[in-house]
Amino acid sequence: MKVRIVVLAKQVPDPETPPSQFKIDESSNSVITPNGVPPVVNGFDLNAVEAALLLKDSDADVEITVLSVGSDFVMDAMKKPLAMGADRLVLVADELLDKLDSSATVKLLAAAIQKDGPFDLILGGRQASDWDQAHVTLGLSEVLGLPLVSLVKKLEINGDSVSLQRLIPDGYQAITAPIPAVLTVTNELGEPRYPNLRGIMQASRKKPEIFSLDDLGLSPEDLTPKLELKKLYVPESNKQVELIEGEDEADSGKKLALRLREEKLI
Amino acid sequence: MTTVLLVAERDEQGEISQTTLQAVAAANGLTEAQVTIAFAGEAPSSAGSLAAEKVVTLSAIDASDSGIYEQATADVAAFAASMNPDVVMFNKSDFGSIVSARLAFRTDSALAADCIGISNADGAVSVTRPVYGGSALAEFEIRSTPAIVTLRAGAYEPSTETGSPSVEAADSTESVEQRAQVTDTVAEARDGVRLEDANFVVSGGRGLGGPEAFHVLTDLASVLGGAVGASRAACDAGWIDHSHQVGLTGKSVSPDVYIAVGISGASQHMAGCSSSRAIVAINKDSTSNIFKEARFGVVGDWEKILPSFIATVRELKA
Ligand SMILES: Cc1cc2nc3c(=O)[nH]c(=O)nc-3n(C[C@H](O)[C@H](O)[C@H](O)COP(=O)(O)OP(=O)(O)OC[C@H]3O[C@@H](n4cnc5c(N)ncnc54)[C@H](O)[C@@H]3O)c2cc1C
Repeated sequence: MKVRIVVLAKQVPDPETPPSQFKIDESSNSVITPNGVPPVVNGFDLNAVEAALLLKDSDADVEITVLSVGSDFVMDAMKKPLAMGADRLVLVADELLDKLDSSATVKLLAAAIQKDGPFDLILGGRQASDWDQAHVTLGLSEVLGLPLVSLVKKLEINGDSVSLQRLIPDGYQAITAPIPAVLTVTNELGEPRYPNLRGIMQASRKKPEIFSLDDLGLSPEDLTPKLELKKLYVPESNKQVELIEGEDEADSGKKLALRLREEKLI
Repeated sequence: MTTVLLVAERDEQGEISQTTLQAVAAANGLTEAQVTIAFAGEAPSSAGSLAAEKVVTLSAIDASDSGIYEQATADVAAFAASMNPDVVMFNKSDFGSIVSARLAFRTDSALAADCIGISNADGAVSVTRPVYGGSALAEFEIRSTPAIVTLRAGAYEPSTETGSPSVEAADSTESVEQRAQVTDTVAEARDGVRLEDANFVVSGGRGLGGPEAFHVLTDLASVLGGAVGASRAACDAGWIDHSHQVGLTGKSVSPDVYIAVGISGASQHMAGCSSSRAIVAINKDSTSNIFKEARFGVVGDWEKILPSFIATVRELKA
């Protein structure tokens, strides 16, 4: 029996941008993408793609759809999951969708999933590296009325249920959930695989399927944000480091300890 | 008047958690705040002197709901519906993150996670939260009621105010069907102090070069009576268990001294340790971001610096 998996993926500014290059345009409350640093698919979403691919590795009859909502999609970035081995890319693309809050994003994703589904598993990354809210996939489970397990680091399908390991602060929980289910995947699952040449060729030939707001029966009024961004800024840091310099590195180590004692820190 | 429902948590000893006391301070900082504090299960006796109008107890969380929190959400949602608060406040814990998100989307309410500040004026609630991995701060005005928020650990000083709230049990809610089932919990054995509670944290990063070096850090941590932390890069490399990860997606620590060895100081790492009293950096690259965050630093190779540092600390402690 065919297993249909949808993986939610978001295009984000590259989170590995060095702090010195991270700049904000305070007049428009948005991040200025440094020249030559292209956007990427949110890293945790690639962990979710990897989770789906691991299932596909052991069962050829798995179909993986990658779903994203937004605007200004950069295909080199968004096609990466396809190059890794996903089957389809569905984009809800509209100029109006550049500043969504999580409530609007969930509405759009839920509508797209209802239109393109049914799916057996809905996977998302544990959070997006731009707004760091970690809400969308959790919220989607509520709106779709499906069971939710977050922070999954291992998963296996057994007929009509999934066996999962869920990350907790000091270890993990073993959980079984009925299918269909909504899961968030954490990086402890393992590194996402690198696309190989064949994958890259196949991805370059695939065209994304595009849904508009109209296709989903939604209007801009449905997407009114519940949170209004008033100000976005880089906090000032006025910390001044005191560098400890000895005659050599060993001496510096000793002086550091003495200095910390002097400050009554140890 | 601003009515606040604060969903409390207890620590390993069953006492009111420090993060809940921080939330009590945040809640009472709102103008004309009227605070109700809800506990899952029995309230600890110290709850009777919290700075609040009222303490309520909801039904206890059953172990098989832990991590899923379907029943916990139903309990909080039922109480919130009866109280109709302006703000529902949680900690950004496993429990708080999940229950807050479930509640917000179940009731189509506004949600802001991991806030470091909350205020209100003219009936509108505003929050400040780190975004882009901590590289930036964002201020939001919340446009619907209730405003559901989670608070970052360490953002507020724990409340020391006292009060004499009434303590009562909430009406019991129906039990919900548990779809996902927890069948087992596997916890890492821990020796020594909990990372989150440690006064000294010694953390290692990619610059340590391998798992062996963590023995040196463990040695230093035990001399100081502290705990060992790590960057995500070190955890992902498999050098140390993920339960040691400090940062945005790891643990939040606020020790007296945070010693970062071979860690570059990425914003996502600093998100978990920037409320430490003093950060000490040992890194061979003087341009590394960690030196912009640290109070004391040594530029150099940790392999040459740590042995004499540890030896001197040991002497001083003797
Ligand atoms: C959404 C998101 C969430 C994240 N969450 C977290 C998180 O929770 N926690 C976290 O830590 N990271 C997190 N990260 C990753 C973070 O961005 C960094 O990639 C990571 O913290 C880097 O780890 P590091 O400092 O150990 O490695 P690097 O950045 O590679 O730094 C290694 C450092 O070691 C120094 N070094 C090398 N050799 C020596 C030597 N012999 N002696 C002394 N110094 C030496 C180098 O100069 C360098 O500064 C997250 C990233 C994203 C995108």
